[in-house]
Amino acid sequence: MNVRIPILKMTVGGFLARAVLLLIVIVWTVPTFGLLISSLRDKDQLAVSGWWEALQTTETEERGRTATVDAMAQNDAGEYVISGNLFTEGSNQTLQSFGVRPPEGGRPLADANPAGEAAEVASGGMMTVYEDGRYEWVQDEPFTEEQIGSGEPFVYAVSTPPRFTLENYNEVLTENAIGQAFINTFTVTIPATIIPIAIAAFASYAFSWMQFPGRQLLFAIVVGLLVVPLQMSLIPLLTFYNGIGIGKTYLGIWLAHSAFGLPLAIYLLRNYIGGLPREIIESAKIDGASHFAIFTQLILPLSYPALASFAIFQFLWVWNDLLVALVFLSKDADQIVLTSQIRELIGSRGDNWEILTSSAFVSMIVPLIVFFSLQRYFVRGMLAGSVKGG
Amino acid sequence: MQQILSAIVAIVVGVGAMVLYFWGTNWLLDRLLPDRVDPDGIIRESRETAREAIRPWLFVFPAIALLGLYLVYPAIQTVYLSFGNANGEVRMYESVYPDAVDDMPLGLNAPLTEDRLVVVQDNLGEVYPALNTLTADDISSYETVGDIVDFAMAEAGEEAEQVFILFRNYQWAFNSTQFWESVRNNVLWLLVPFLSTVFGLLAAVLADRVRWGTIAKSFIFMPMAISFVGASVIWKFVYDIRPEGQPQIGLINAILATFGLEPQPWIALSPWNNFFLMIILIWIQTGFAMVLLSAALRGVPEETIEAGRIDGASEVRIFFNIIIPQIMSTILVVLTTITITVLKVFDIVAAMTNGQFGTQVLANLMYDQAFRASHDGRGSVVAVFIMIAVIPIMVWNIRQFQQEEQLR
Repeated sequence: MNVRIPILKMTVGGFLARAVLLLIVIVWTVPTFGLLISSLRDKDQLAVSGWWEALQTTETEERGRTATVDAMAQNDAGEYVISGNLFTEGSNQTLQSFGVRPPEGGRPLADANPAGEAAEVASGGMMTVYEDGRYEWVQDEPFTEEQIGSGEPFVYAVSTPPRFTLENYNEVLTENAIGQAFINTFTVTIPATIIPIAIAAFASYAFSWMQFPGRQLLFAIVVGLLVVPLQMSLIPLLTFYNGIGIGKTYLGIWLAHSAFGLPLAIYLLRNYIGGLPREIIESAKIDGASHFAIFTQLILPLSYPALASFAIFQFLWVWNDLLVALVFLSKDADQIVLTSQIRELIGSRGDNWEILTSSAFVSMIVPLIVFFSLQRYFVRGMLAGSVKGG
Repeated sequence: MQQILSAIVAIVVGVGAMVLYFWGTNWLLDRLLPDRVDPDGIIRESRETAREAIRPWLFVFPAIALLGLYLVYPAIQTVYLSFGNANGEVRMYESVYPDAVDDMPLGLNAPLTEDRLVVVQDNLGEVYPALNTLTADDISSYETVGDIVDFAMAEAGEEAEQVFILFRNYQWAFNSTQFWESVRNNVLWLLVPFLSTVFGLLAAVLADRVRWGTIAKSFIFMPMAISFVGASVIWKFVYDIRPEGQPQIGLINAILATFGLEPQPWIALSPWNNFFLMIILIWIQTGFAMVLLSAALRGVPEETIEAGRIDGASEVRIFFNIIIPQIMSTILVVLTTITITVLKVFDIVAAMTNGQFGTQVLANLMYDQAFRASHDGRGSVVAVFIMIAVIPIMVWNIRQFQQEEQLR
């Protein structure tokens, strides 16, 4: 393992370490990356090719029909013509080949005729389809209703160059209630992050620097409450809420999230505040300051890192929560949160990946921003909350 | 707009109320128990001891009140509810018929014939035979009025008996295949803490050796920021299946297709689908393990490692015999924390399969019973079992905490 590889300027061991780490990073990042790419693709392309082919031209087979007999015109040579275009205006697709019902019978095959060639149509005349989607159906006698019906069917092979777009996001924000859900989620999260801080900060200070009987026992209970599953509280709480009329309201969920976040808040803040130098507090007391004054003017400002850590934790926890939102809020448009709405979409639009991918990203963008910009605080909070010594 | 306004109002009122409360009660305390002071300012009698005995309680009261109301009291209530009937009504006895079918779903198609009676039981426990031409509509109209709690089909002429129902929900659980499937699956999910810790440790060790380690760690850690539902969408996309012959857009089936293998419906393949769901949580939690273990690794004193090298031990021996023992407490913290998360895993199963295909877990079963089927009693039982599973860890946590307090 310590043999050096001259070209790479590292040991075999070092090389392996880098390779394995790179592999892990790739495996960890690829799924999210695939989702992001997919959310930006044209939705028809998304349905037929994997995101790793996003930069490739897609080949698909399509069906179409000619216009009806009303579109019949005559050309200079006296022949009767029905013409039109299979593609929409401004499309950048290229038609590769096409097929109509052949005179010998059978169904049209997409690869029967290359673009630009004329093909014999079973019902009469010659059809030519060009690369840009124009078709011309020519015959000597006038076309009849009987011959055409609702239009002669084609199949054709078309290649579409890759197209990236933000229209999936647009669709999802306006038509699939994600925009409203985004606002709803903010409405739930911000108060639910701020209120517990106010309550926990005072309590943590008391636990750290004030004497009162039962202090140890109470805090041990808080530590125990850290792991109590939410499931133990939900049923009676909802019954209680329904009884006093705040059953499916924002007020109810704000209070609930604040309470559920308190054990962690008290734990984190108490550890931090308790670690502040004793001398600061002692000297403030000697100067005659009351506990209240010490707390508001000295401790609180010093505790910003811990407050920030908890705030981030709580923000991410509430933003990403599903269970509490399902229980304490309804699924109506003015209350449904992002996680709940996405879950609904997975059920109802499970095959519309353009909707699922973009919705998922809309829900992730805020936590990712919070996370990346405040990573240091988040990590510090996690460490303070969990690691006790080496 | 109104929503944002009400959110702002809530924040202002909430924080304002807190500030008012704290400042107000402290001020009141100082007014009610002032020191007795001489005209020339010398303190005659200090009431400071009395004040300082009361003040801490002012500081902790809101927290204690909220915790009691939202965590302690409901937990006790849930245990209580588990000892009632399926709907959460708690009483010691109920009248039932021997063949009683416990709360059949409304809209039942069970045939009502001459020799079968439908009996109904009201919420006072009174049992009486209903018209044997009761239709599903009749029954459902009873239910909405709230009169009928439970009903049973019985052979005409049989007598009702009083049964002891305190453990009825527990009996339901032990006899329920869904329950045991959930238990089995939750045990399987315990693989997640183990693998997350292994991968996290591996990543932590490797990343510390490499210049781009910090960036690598950020990428591995990133899944922790997104919701479980978002992660489920990401991985549902990876697991996607199209019929054979059509182009595959799910990464895994696409890889299989290039090797000419048949695409698989990963999420529906019981029992392996559980592992595919677990991968999602491992993907998320490895970052957590990695961060904690990385910090712990940095705390290992160089001297101990040097001593091992001097003694001629190989890197591997050093790792397992010197480093690991010194970070063991962190490893345990990581394992227990992720285990708690696993026991509560709800979002992933709810979003991917909703418990179908043999993937049911306790947390989802609880939600199903309590909030979809309105079986408060049964939901409570499942919650109690989740709680029981968590208790060993809770006890361990509290002991750890108390040990550290000694060192403070």
